[in-house]
Amino acid sequence: MSDKETLFSKKNLKLITDPLGSQNPITVQVLGICSALAVTAQMKPAFVMTISVMAVLALSNVIISLLRNSIPNRIRIIVQLVIVASLVILVDQVLKAFVYDVSKQLSVFVGLIITNCIIMGRLEAFALGNKPWPAFLDGIGNAAGYGIILIIVAFFRELLGSGSIWGYQVIPEGFYNFGYANNGLMVLSPMALITVGIIIWVQRTKNRQLIEEK
Amino acid sequence: MFGQGIKNFFDKHRPKFEKGGKLHPFQSVFEGFETFLYVSDATTKKGSHIRDYIDLKRTMIFVVIALVPTLLFGMYNIGFQHFKAIGEIADTSFFEVFIYGFLRVLPSLVVSYLVGLGIEFTFAQIKGHEINEGYLVSGILIPLVLPINTPLWMTAIAVAFSVIIAKEAFGGTGMNIWNPALIARAFLFFAYPSHMSGESVWIRLGDNADKVVDGFSGATPLGLALNGVLDYNIWDAFWGFIPGSVGETSTFAILLGAAFLIITGIGSWKIMLSTTLGALFVGILLNTFAVNAFMEIPFWHHLFLGGFAFGAVFMATDPVSASQTETGKWIYGFLIGVMAIIIRVLNPAYPEGMMLAILLMNTFAPLIDHYVVQGNIRKRIKRATVKVQS
Repeated sequence: MSDKETLFSKKNLKLITDPLGSQNPITVQVLGICSALAVTAQMKPAFVMTISVMAVLALSNVIISLLRNSIPNRIRIIVQLVIVASLVILVDQVLKAFVYDVSKQLSVFVGLIITNCIIMGRLEAFALGNKPWPAFLDGIGNAAGYGIILIIVAFFRELLGSGSIWGYQVIPEGFYNFGYANNGLMVLSPMALITVGIIIWVQRTKNRQLIEEK
Repeated sequence: MFGQGIKNFFDKHRPKFEKGGKLHPFQSVFEGFETFLYVSDATTKKGSHIRDYIDLKRTMIFVVIALVPTLLFGMYNIGFQHFKAIGEIADTSFFEVFIYGFLRVLPSLVVSYLVGLGIEFTFAQIKGHEINEGYLVSGILIPLVLPINTPLWMTAIAVAFSVIIAKEAFGGTGMNIWNPALIARAFLFFAYPSHMSGESVWIRLGDNADKVVDGFSGATPLGLALNGVLDYNIWDAFWGFIPGSVGETSTFAILLGAAFLIITGIGSWKIMLSTTLGALFVGILLNTFAVNAFMEIPFWHHLFLGGFAFGAVFMATDPVSASQTETGKWIYGFLIGVMAIIIRVLNPAYPEGMMLAILLMNTFAPLIDHYVVQGNIRKRIKRATVKVQS
């Protein structure tokens, strides 16, 4: 066992830090956009969504990684789907039991985690070819990279669209008396797309390597 | 003599802005002002090109000139609606009425230009290119398509949004898919709906809000028609004495601008005409199958109401976002007219459809052009093959 690595070796840590920046699932790989548009009108649902995706992605990565040598190649997609779907149903039940109001807000989008491209993408690209521990880290990292964008977008949409953060009013009443008004467009999904666009713009201005060759 | 003085001023200070000069970072600003005042004497260094003396800045200035009648009348109408609402229009002199409107419109013009040009100058400096002159026209169009009671900070945000997101993000003047002035209006329309429609936004009452006469409504004719009330004089609508966005009310003033644009060859008469035909076509259809008061508005009244004329003349003809091919212009304009009246009459949420119709067709303009070009290629190939066979 000469190639034995420590649990948090440099290589393993990269699995977590890369998706936060230069390999971000949303801004660089452009995966999981639909849910990023749908659940980011407020911060609380965005956060709960992040946690849900993290649980599903990390666990399914581990399970697929454990089974990777016994899954016949031709039916691997079906096997992956069964595992992901079971996990999503579990997460949905937990949400309904403990945070019912948020679960109602997220409605169909928890169920749609099954079709989230990030999850199938990571299973195919990483978990099928790696050991469980790196697969677990990869799942956590990618879900965090997805979540950080969700939360940034939700922060701006909630602040400008509803004048609140995490449900608490932060823009003082005086502003409204003075003529300030909430921006109704921020609550509509087109603005989520534009906010994500601006984040991509800022990120690529700072890290020029991400700009695609024409 | 004065002109020569300015020219000397520019010549004297030019070296400071050239490479190595003290003020080089501000070169784009310097060039912007110089070419704004004087036709550029730069010649092409390589290859042979024909340079028209009418460059983009001169084109833009012609559009601004075409907008002057609309702007002046818009100012007068703001004052007219104010004094009419408080019942004092008969005792107020023409001059007073105009000054009242002038002082209300001026701030939004100033804000629009300050914010828009500020952003343009900054981008030109950061990216190291010349200043885009596109904002010269947008800057005057934006205040003209907004209700007079729009708060100035909203105007500023809308201008910033349209210049940064709808223009600079796409690559600056000449690269934008949608008309920037309409994007600014659409932004406000969806972001602050209560400030962009309804009864309280079209007429500035100011301190006299408690003095309004009995039966005062403040809604636009189209807003009333949406509720089944047809209460307007069509000739008032033609001359422009109705409530509405600052520049859109007077069809007469807009026609003056249209004539100027057509004579100078800057606006496309094909787009203006086909837009009108499209609107008349749907108007007649709606008249034929009318089931409510809005659908019964005589079809030709639609041309004088709301933003139709303004949109057809100044927005739809924007050379950047419109169709480029000649056949395409007919299709593009006709569909704008069709969409505008359909949205206006049949969609209960929007009593005015011109803005959305133009933005929608802006989106499709490249597609229309693509098929026109492809059709032409196919036709010519067919002709060529026939010749070979014979």
